[in-house]
Amino acid sequence: MILLEVENVVKQFAGHRALDGVSLTVPENTVYGLLGPNGAGKTTLIRIINCITAPDSGEVRLNGKRITSEDVRHIGYLPEERGLYKKMKVGEQALYLAQLRGMTKHDALKALKYWFEKFEIQAWWDKKVEELSKGMAQKVQFITTILHDPKLLIFDEPFSGFDPVNADLLKREILELRDNGATIIFSTHNMSTVEDLCENISLVDRAKIVLQGNVAEIRNSHATKTYIVRSQSPILGNEYFDLLSQSTKNGLVESTIKKQISGGNNLLLNEIIKQTEVLGFEELLPSMNDIFIETVGK
Amino acid sequence: MSKISLIIKREYTTRVMKKSFILLTFLTPVLFAGMMALIVWLGGIKDDKVKTIAVIDNTHLYSKVLKSNEIYSFQFVDGSIDNVKKQNSTSKEFTALLYITGNLKSNPNAVTLYSEKQVNMELKSYITGLLNKYIEEQKLADYNIPNLKEMVEKSRTNIDLKTIKWGENGNDKVGSAELALVIGMITAFIIYMFIVIYGAQVMTGVVQEKTNRIVEVIISSVKPFELMMGKIIGIAMVGLTQFLMWVILTAVITTVGSAVLGLNMDVNSLQQMQQVGVHPSLQTQAMPSEMQNLFIALNGLNYVQIIGLFIVYFLGGYLLYASLFAAVGSAVDNETDTQQFSLPIMLPIIFAIYAGIFSAQNPDGPLAFWCSMIPFTSPIVMMVRLPFDVPVWQIVLSISILILSFVGTTWMAAKIYRTGILMYGKKVTWKELWKWLRY
Repeated sequence: MILLEVENVVKQFAGHRALDGVSLTVPENTVYGLLGPNGAGKTTLIRIINCITAPDSGEVRLNGKRITSEDVRHIGYLPEERGLYKKMKVGEQALYLAQLRGMTKHDALKALKYWFEKFEIQAWWDKKVEELSKGMAQKVQFITTILHDPKLLIFDEPFSGFDPVNADLLKREILELRDNGATIIFSTHNMSTVEDLCENISLVDRAKIVLQGNVAEIRNSHATKTYIVRSQSPILGNEYFDLLSQSTKNGLVESTIKKQISGGNNLLLNEIIKQTEVLGFEELLPSMNDIFIETVGK
Repeated sequence: MSKISLIIKREYTTRVMKKSFILLTFLTPVLFAGMMALIVWLGGIKDDKVKTIAVIDNTHLYSKVLKSNEIYSFQFVDGSIDNVKKQNSTSKEFTALLYITGNLKSNPNAVTLYSEKQVNMELKSYITGLLNKYIEEQKLADYNIPNLKEMVEKSRTNIDLKTIKWGENGNDKVGSAELALVIGMITAFIIYMFIVIYGAQVMTGVVQEKTNRIVEVIISSVKPFELMMGKIIGIAMVGLTQFLMWVILTAVITTVGSAVLGLNMDVNSLQQMQQVGVHPSLQTQAMPSEMQNLFIALNGLNYVQIIGLFIVYFLGGYLLYASLFAAVGSAVDNETDTQQFSLPIMLPIIFAIYAGIFSAQNPDGPLAFWCSMIPFTSPIVMMVRLPFDVPVWQIVLSISILILSFVGTTWMAAKIYRTGILMYGKKVTWKELWKWLRY
């Protein structure tokens, strides 16, 4: 079931084209990654989805209908340029933002209590925002974004500014939100989070989508037919595979090989078994990071 | 609660709760009242030391004329003027030295007052008063007409010119040009001050939201227009709160203060003064007539009209300028950049206060008329003109133009604001602003 469709969106700014015929579809109840180098047009696309800026042409549809600003009220949006009123108290401010999103004071207080407890930040309630560190403020912002239990969540660079511990916490929360039925779109530079979280991605570069699809499929299609083989004794390359490198550690031989035949992996494995006792066999898939650099660097 | 009222509430409460606001709101009337009290107190201090004036009277005619009172004591001395001067320069016995050389009836210039320091007006007029009266009596006596003195006394009158404006419906009002001027200038100046102070607050508020990067978070839940209007209205309410607090506090402080200081300002005496005023037959000299007129004129002012229109013009002028200030705030990245764009907004406000000062001299002249129609100056200039009774059609026309204009500027500002608040890191030019307007 498709939740969100972006169709052929074009956005022209004075002097440059920010988006040039961008289309993507986001299936319901998945995590969707929006990747791309700085200035590629990710934030513009996210703003268009949120009806903050209007596209010059093209359309954004939610559940098959053109998205309206009324729909946007039900989206949880964490912008890249995010901040809080410095002089306001944390709790007061979270309550204010929740009410602006249309929650009643009663519901907002209840939800805030739950989330503040979950993130163990109840002690911050009466602190002024200027007393918080950037990471702490980010947690508060994250809570205010998801507080009204939106079905669609859009995070622009959610991991920037988080330390590894909190980034991990955020990852777990995103997956939990998905498990509870939400659909999440987020933009990021952090490729390892893409592998951990996203089902699908779009890679935007210079206003265009240069790569799109399921993360596993993309990685498979970018496979370089390289494998790691761990065995008891050294192996030799032949017409089935080339031996790229070999090393011995604690009596264990680790070889990197490149497949030369077109058949499946079992065929290759059969050939190696003939030579030695195989202890490990693993296909080396390129990381999203490599794919990113390869695609954008072209 | 609707979203715009949430924004208004936040803008209002965060500002009103600020220490600086509370301090300024409570201190200003206290300072003002303190200043007034100081002036009254300083004016009330009498120099109770008796000043002695030496008199060298070569004619020996005026020893009975120059009567001492509680402040000035005249002491007739003999000897040459140089001796007395020399003596006094060490002893400091005399404040001044009056030297009469000849008969003043035939030669009015034959009297001189010497002193080390400049003598005050009071002493000078006291001496001339005594001498004038005496010479006058002497001259009258020379005519040898019986009872002439009484006749002259009876014929003496004291003209006290009151100015009364007649209204269309026949209601006469006692007016005072000076009072109208003062009231007009004060209200105009308050409007000027409020537009500048609270307009600037709107601007810094917008810039802060932008530099804080909170604006996009809010824009995803409310429309930019709602955010802008919420801020403008919230701050307007802060301004009105401060104004009303000042009015109330000033009233309380002056009432309490005058009661404590025992100044004769209580309601009874005010009423007495008014009664004296409305019955010309009861004209007495009991009250200094200037004061009397002032109180009657104060009473004659249409307070409801002035306060009502003050609020209308304050809001109108503020809304007109605040939206422009908001647009400027949205276009820049930090507060220091605001100057370039706020100058064109400040110029008409400053021009307005000057136009107001000149209009006060000729409240029905062409400058006053046109400046009270042009929306950028009308809130200030019209306040100057109001106590001088402006025709109703002019007020209605001026307010209508003002309302139409602020709707116009708000609409324009909203367009700039909408684009501006999401623009970062770009130096904005006038050309760019124009583009945003048509966007």
